Amino acid sequence: MASRPPVKFFQVGSFAAGNRLLSEDERTVQSDRDRSNALTKGHRACQGCGEALGARYVLDAAMRVTQGRLVAANATGCLEVFSTPYPESSWRLPWLHSLFGNAPAVAAGMAAALRAKGRTDVRVIGQGGDGGTLDIGFACLSGMFERDDDVLYVCYDNEAYMNTGVQRSGATPPAARTATTKPVGDEPGAAFGQGKNAPLIAMAHEIPYVATATVAELHDLEAKVERAMSFRGARYLHVLVPCPLGWGARSADTIRLARLAKETGLFPVFEAEGGEVVSVSKIRRPVPVEEYLRLQRRFAHLFADPPRTDVVGRLQAIADRNIRRFGLVEEATE
Amino acid sequence: MRDQLEGSLGIARTVARCRPEVVSAYPISPQTHIVEALSDMVRTGELAPCEYMLVESEFAAMSAAIGASAMGARAYTATASQGLLYMAEALFNASGLGLPIVMTLANRAIGAPINIWNDHSDAMSQRDSGWIQLYAESNQAAIDLHVQAFALAEELSLPVMVCVDGFVLTHAVEPLDVPEQQEVDAFLPPYEPRQVLDPEDPVTIGAMVGPEAFTEVRYLAHAKQMQALDLVPEIASRFTQAFGRASGGLLHRYRTEGAETIVVALGSVLGTVEDVVDGLRESGERIGALGITCFRPFPLEEVRAALAEARRVVVVERAFAVGIGGIVGQNVRLALDGLPPIVHDVVAGLGGRAVTRRSLESLLADVRAGRLEPGRLHFLDLDTHLVERELQRLQERRRSGPHAENILRDLGAVAARPY
Repeated sequence: MASRPPVKFFQVGSFAAGNRLLSEDERTVQSDRDRSNALTKGHRACQGCGEALGARYVLDAAMRVTQGRLVAANATGCLEVFSTPYPESSWRLPWLHSLFGNAPAVAAGMAAALRAKGRTDVRVIGQGGDGGTLDIGFACLSGMFERDDDVLYVCYDNEAYMNTGVQRSGATPPAARTATTKPVGDEPGAAFGQGKNAPLIAMAHEIPYVATATVAELHDLEAKVERAMSFRGARYLHVLVPCPLGWGARSADTIRLARLAKETGLFPVFEAEGGEVVSVSKIRRPVPVEEYLRLQRRFAHLFADPPRTDVVGRLQAIADRNIRRFGLVEEATE
Repeated sequence: MRDQLEGSLGIARTVARCRPEVVSAYPISPQTHIVEALSDMVRTGELAPCEYMLVESEFAAMSAAIGASAMGARAYTATASQGLLYMAEALFNASGLGLPIVMTLANRAIGAPINIWNDHSDAMSQRDSGWIQLYAESNQAAIDLHVQAFALAEELSLPVMVCVDGFVLTHAVEPLDVPEQQEVDAFLPPYEPRQVLDPEDPVTIGAMVGPEAFTEVRYLAHAKQMQALDLVPEIASRFTQAFGRASGGLLHRYRTEGAETIVVALGSVLGTVEDVVDGLRESGERIGALGITCFRPFPLEEVRAALAEARRVVVVERAFAVGIGGIVGQNVRLALDGLPPIVHDVVAGLGGRAVTRRSLESLLADVRAGRLEPGRLHFLDLDTHLVERELQRLQERRRSGPHAENILRDLGAVAARPY
C-alpha cells in the first residue's frame, strides 16, 4: 500500500481518523474545498445511506487521481434511481446508465472506445450494487475481468436488493431477514451455505488489483481507489455500504455498523494484487458478532424468544473462519 | 473492386472500410465468418484504429457497443437467432438511448426446436425494438446496405440492423463489388455524435423518466424513426451517385407495372420470386414482385402506392406470429386499408426449408384459381400428413411425448432412427 499514509491516527473510542490530526497531504479528498463533488447534493438517497457516502468518496478520489478525466457506467439500482430522477441529475461527471446487468460490459465498451481514440488520459469506472454486480451482472463482470479491460469496477454491497424492497441477493448473509427470506419456518432468514464471495472470485481472475473496504474507514477507501487507479487493466473494489432501510438499523448507525462488520471479522478488509492478498486491515479489538447483529432488525429474530444462539454461533463461526483465513487479528498471524 | 467472395467476407471488408472504432462480437452461426474476418483485419492492422472485443455473450456484445457508442466511437457488432434474443434487453436500450450502432443480423430460425438454418424469426421478433431494419436481397445489396446503414444510423442517431439471410447469403460465394476505402471515406464522414461522454462537457445519459415525460421521449423515438422514410431514399440516391449502382431505398418494385398479382417478400427469396415472375410474365400473366428493403420504419404510403392497382397480393414471409398469422401480411394489410386488393399470407421457408420455384409456381396457380382462402394463414409445402399424425397422437395419449422427436421418427430422418 504505497500510497497509504504510513501512520494512522485514531481518536480513542471512536476510531475515527480526524483530518485535524493529519498533515495536509494526508487529509481526505472530502476535506478539500476543491473536491469535485462528483455525486453532488440534492439526490434522493435515504438518510444514512452507506451507498451514497461510498460512491461520493470513491468518485471524488478517482476524480482527483485523474484530474477530472473520468467517465462512469452505472448499473440500475438504488444509486442510479436516487441520483437521476428526471430532469435532475446529481452527477457532475460524464455518466451513463444502461441496464441492470450490463454495467461492466458498458464500461468495457467505453474503455475500448478510449483506446481506439488513443485517449489514455480519460479513465473508466463501472459501478453498481450487489445485485447488479454479483447476480444479474456477474457474467459481464467476469468477462470484463478475464479480458483485463481497463476498468475500475466498484460494487457497493448492501447485501440485498434494496431498490425493489429488500429481497435476498447472492451477497445476503446467512440468517438475514429479507422480503424473500423471512424469519418463518425452521430455518429463519437467508440460508447458510449459499451466496458468493465476489472479491475472492475476482482474485481468481488474477486481475491486477482487488480490494475490499467499508464506509467506516474512508481514508482507507480513498487510498484503495488511488491504488486501483495506479494500475491499468481490470480492477475490482468491493465496498460494504450499510443500508438503514434494508438492514433495519438507525440512520445514525451506518458508520458504526460498517466498522463492526469489519471488527467482527464478518467482512474482511484486504487488498490483493495479481490474485495474491498483499495486505489486510487488522482487527484492532475483536468484537463478537452479536454486537453487530443486535443493531439490525434483519437479525432481530435471532434474539427473540427463544433466542437462536445456535444460529448466532454459526455466524460467529463464519467470522472466526474469516479471521483465521485472512489473518485478521494481529496475534493470529504471529 | 469486383472479386469472387463469400458474402460474409464481402460484408466484413465493407464494414472495415466504414472504419468502426469498436467491434464487439460473440460467435454464433451463421454470422461467424463476418466477425472472424474482422478479427483478422484488426489483428493485422488492416483495420485501424479499431478495438476488437471478444465478449462473453451477445448481451455483452450489445452492451459494449452501447458504451463505445456513448463514448463517441463508431460501434459495430453482428449476431443471429438466439444471440439476437439474448441481447434483446440491450437492443431496446440502444435504440431508447438513441445510439447509432450498426449490426449485421445473419437471419436464422429461433428454437425450440433448435435449428441453425435461415428464416426471419429472429429479426421479426425484434421488429418493435426501435431499431431500423433493412433487409438485403443479395450479397451485393448486403454490402451496399452496410455503407448506407452507418450513414443512416449516424444521421438519425438511431441503431440500424442489416438483415442478411443466413447461409443462403452469408455463405454463398459470388462476384461482389466491395467499395474502395476512398469511396467509402468520401461517402461516410467521421462519426459526429449528438451526445457523448466527455469530461470537458459532462452529461448524464440514461436518467430515469417517469410518467411526466416518458410518453414524449417515446414519441421522439417514433418520430425519429419515421424520418428514416425520407432519409433512406435520399441516402440510396446519394449512394447511386457515389458508387454508380442502385441499391437500398425503401422498396424494390419488380415488373409491377399493370400487375394483377404482386408477390411481396423480404430478403433473398426475392431472387426466386423474380425468376418466377419472369416465367409467368412470359406466359402472359400480369404479375410482379415487391421487395421491402426497409421494414422498420414500415413505408405504409409507398407500399400502398405500389400495391394499390393490383387485384391480389401474395405475401411470402419467412416468419409468422403464432396465434395470429403473417407479420409482413398484417403490415401490408394496414397499408392497403380501404383498397380492393385481397391479401394472402403465406408462410414459407421456415428453418431453412428451400422456397423453390416450383413451390411458388404452384402457390400462384392456387391463388389464381381461387383455391387459397384469403384471410387464412397458408403454409407453403406443409406436410399435412405429418402434422395430422402428431395431432392424432395428442388425442390418443396423455403422454404423447415431444413433438419434434415424434415427427422426426415418423419422417424416418437419419438421426431419429432407432438403433
